[in-house]
Amino acid sequence: MRTVLIATALLAMPVTGLAEVVSQPPPPGATSCTGCHGSAGIPLDTLSAAEIETAMEAFRSGSRSVTLMNRIAAGFTAEESAAIARWLARE
Amino acid sequence: MTQSRRSFIATAGAAMIAAPVVRAQAAARIVVIGGGWGGASAARRLVSLGHAVTLVDADPTYVSCPFSNAVLGGFATMTDITFDRAGLAAEGVTLVIDRAQAIDADARRVRLTGGGTLPYDRLVLSPGVELRLDALEGYDASAAEIMPHAWKAGPQTALLRAQIEAMEDGGTVAIAVPANPYRCPPGPYERAALIAHYLSRAKPRSKVLILDAKDQFSKRPLFEEAWNALYPGVVEWVSQSQGGTVRRVDPETMTLVTDFASHRVAVANVIPPQRAGAIARAAGVADATGWCPVRPESFESTLVSGIHVIGDSCFVGAMPKSAFSANAQAKVAAHAIDAILRGATPSEPRLINTCYSLAAPDYGFTVAGVYAPQDGRLADIEGAGGTSPLGASAEVRATEAKHARAWFANISAEAFG
Repeated sequence: MRTVLIATALLAMPVTGLAEVVSQPPPPGATSCTGCHGSAGIPLDTLSAAEIETAMEAFRSGSRSVTLMNRIAAGFTAEESAAIARWLARE
Repeated sequence: MTQSRRSFIATAGAAMIAAPVVRAQAAARIVVIGGGWGGASAARRLVSLGHAVTLVDADPTYVSCPFSNAVLGGFATMTDITFDRAGLAAEGVTLVIDRAQAIDADARRVRLTGGGTLPYDRLVLSPGVELRLDALEGYDASAAEIMPHAWKAGPQTALLRAQIEAMEDGGTVAIAVPANPYRCPPGPYERAALIAHYLSRAKPRSKVLILDAKDQFSKRPLFEEAWNALYPGVVEWVSQSQGGTVRRVDPETMTLVTDFASHRVAVANVIPPQRAGAIARAAGVADATGWCPVRPESFESTLVSGIHVIGDSCFVGAMPKSAFSANAQAKVAAHAIDAILRGATPSEPRLINTCYSLAAPDYGFTVAGVYAPQDGRLADIEGAGGTSPLGASAEVRATEAKHARAWFANISAEAFG
C-alpha cells in the first residue's frame, strides 16, 4: 500500500517540480557569504538561523558596531536576510 | 499495474529523491579552464552539486596575488601564498595539467596544447588577465625580467622582492600604474604601503614613487591617511594630470619616461595594461574592449552560448576585478549551470564583493559592494557598500587586518581545499 502511494505521488509530480524540491537554488546573495565565513575564516556554524537574522538586522540598523557587515547588510531587506540566514544555517 | 512495475517505479523514484543530480552528472560534461580563484571555486561548487568537472590549468601549483604584497613587505613568504592544485583532485575535480590552446564553440570542444581534446556541454572560462607586453614602449617579456610587473604572482613576485631587498638605502622604488580597468584596483597602492613598511625599517632613507595613469584610485583617502600616518614622506603619488602616465620605459638605464619627466630609479615595478586572458579572446567571447561581456544571472557570454566567463576576464558591470569577486561569481555561475542543465532558469542573483587592503601587518581597511542585475549588467545597490571610515582607531584597523587574514584563509580553503 505504501509503495503504491509513493509511486503515485511521484507520477503525479512533474519532473521539474521534483528537481526543485530536492535542489532549491540558494537565496540571492547567500553564496557570497562563504568568501569570508567558514571554518577556516570567520565561522558561522555555531549560530542558528535566528541568531544570524538578528545580527543582520542589528548591522543594518546600526545598533551593533561592526567593521564591515553594516555595509553588506544594507544591501538586503529583512526578508532577504532571513532567507540567507536559513540557508546558511542549513548548509 | 502489476506488482513488479509498481515496485520498479517506487525504486526509481526513491533513487531520484536520494540523488537527483546523478541524472545531470551522467548527461553533462563541464570543463573549467583556469584554476585560480574563479576556476577552482567554480569547479568545486559544481562537484558539490553532483556534476562531473574537468579543470584545465598549465601549472600544478597556484600562486595567489592576494597577500603577494605582504611578501614584498617582508611579512609573508612565497609558501604562504602558494597552493597545490592536487587539492582539487582530492575534492573530486578531474585535473588536467595542460594548456587550453583553442576552443571550437560550435562543436563544443577544447583542444589542448598536449594534443588532447575535451568535449563539453558547458564551459567555464576563468583565465585571469593577460598582461599586455605590446602596449607600453620598451616593455616586453625581457624588460619584465629587469622591471618586474609582479602582477601575476610567482617568480615575478620573488624577483621584485629580491630587487627591493638588494637595493641600497636611499634608492627609489617606482610603481607604474595603468589606466582602468585592471586586476585589483587598490593593489598598486597597497603595494606602495607595504614596500614602504619594509623600507621604513630596513632602508629608512628610501622612497616609493607611484606614477599613475589615473587621477583617482580605489580607497584613495584611506591610503593617503595610512601613508601619512605610517610612512610620512616616503610615498609620493603622481597623478595623470600631474604627468604620472608612463609613456616609455628603458630597462638598460632603469628609466621611466612620463609626459613631463624622466625618472631614473633603483627598482621599477611596471604594471602594464591588461585584457582578458588569451584563450577567452581566442574563443571569441571578448569584445573590442578586450574584456568578456556576460549575463549577470549566469555569467554566460553574451557573444557565444555555452561558455561562461568569470573572474578578471569578464565584464559584468560594477563589480571590480578581485579574488572575492571571482569566487562570488564562480558560485553564482555554478548554480546557474546546475539550473540550466536541469532545464530550469537561473534565479536572479545578488553578489557581494569585499576587498581588503593592508597598509601594515596590523593596519587594514575595506571597500565593499552589493550588486544586483539592472539592464543586463550588475549595478551597485544604493545605500550599501562603501569603504571603511576615515580616522578610525588603531583597534579598528587591526581588526580589519585580522579579518583580511581570516578572509584569505577561508577563501583559500573554499577554492583549493
